[in-house]
Amino acid sequence: MRCGSALVQVAVLHDIVRLEEKLLFNAFLNLGASLRRIYVKSSPIPLFRGGLSADVALQRCLSHTAAIESTFGLEASGIPVINSSFTLNTCLDKAWTASLLAKEGIPQPKSFVVFSLEAALKVASELTYPVVVKPLSGSWGALVSLARDEEELRTIIEHRMRLPGKESKAHFIQEFVRKPGRDIRVTVVGDEVVAAIYRKSRHWITNTARGGVAEAFKPGDEVVELSLKVREVVGGDVLGVDLFEDPERGYLVNEVNAVPEFKNVQRVTGVDVASAIAKHVVEVAKK
Amino acid sequence: MRVRCPVCGLPVEVPDDVMEGEVVEHDCGATLEVRFEGNAVRLVPLDGVADDWGE
Ligand SMILES: Nc1ncnc2c1ncn2[C@@H]1O[C@H](COP(=O)(O)OP(=O)(O)OP(=O)(O)O)[C@@H](O)[C@H]1O
Ligand SMILES: [Zn+2]
Repeated sequence: MRCGSALVQVAVLHDIVRLEEKLLFNAFLNLGASLRRIYVKSSPIPLFRGGLSADVALQRCLSHTAAIESTFGLEASGIPVINSSFTLNTCLDKAWTASLLAKEGIPQPKSFVVFSLEAALKVASELTYPVVVKPLSGSWGALVSLARDEEELRTIIEHRMRLPGKESKAHFIQEFVRKPGRDIRVTVVGDEVVAAIYRKSRHWITNTARGGVAEAFKPGDEVVELSLKVREVVGGDVLGVDLFEDPERGYLVNEVNAVPEFKNVQRVTGVDVASAIAKHVVEVAKK
Repeated sequence: MRVRCPVCGLPVEVPDDVMEGEVVEHDCGATLEVRFEGNAVRLVPLDGVADDWGE
């Protein structure tokens, strides 16, 4: 049994230090935890038992590859990582996330994975235009496209097929959800929803990184329950759950972020997300 | 402390308590990332952000 957080050793794995990471470092220090920053671009990550020591680790790498691979290293030493490699891997792959959520009956936009233009056209004739095409993995709305007719779908898929890398040979296609000019980002820490925002935009892509405007929003029971159910499925202790409001079906889960940014959430809601995360991480270490 | 910008070659002022991984914008328009080399601070152009998480 430990008292306080004085003896808790927290490792934070990071690459670029954004405002979020600075807030987190300060939050850990304020709790009296012993903080070890691991800058993955210059620290070798051992993949064997005892290679690293810490009571708990928080994963904050911006690079998906660095996040997953360095998590494996800490897990090799038996260190609990928030979030685990399972959660990171799941959330990184939109098809994997959709599949796990679907098994548990969580409402989502109707989605398909396709590997050819021919298959994409079949999907579009089932869903009817417009349809949304996304890379299976990606962020900030990058490479997310809207095809309003067959002509546009052909252009998008043909472009994607010519991009280098295996990621552009598989496409995630889904129905276009008629959102009310906004979507919802719910921040989950442990088994609590700590904050939620609307991301508003006149454009259908609402990411704050793409000019969407954040606004505080007090989530009702339905949003809270849905977000926590998502957490039960994908696991994880710090998650950003993105929801759409569909005029007929209600809330739909768009995707889950396993290394969420929260500077806008914190700014507009006034909730100290960094401290909530730090407290929870220290709690996990004490268990 | 003063460090040379790898893009324009002019000096960049960075705080003494700067951390590895911090991002510095230089007047020339370059976005630079802080690296440590032994006791020295070095600036490198920020990598592309192709595979990142978002808000
Ligand atoms: N099926 C859809 N119908 C309507 N709007 C959508 C749909 N899918 C995505 N969008 C909008 O496009 C934007 C980017 O989508 P999405 O979040 O899936 O991409 P992303 O690159 O994974 O972004 P991030 O991970 O940063 O949230 C969001 O603002 C979302 O509201
Ligand atoms: Zn410069």
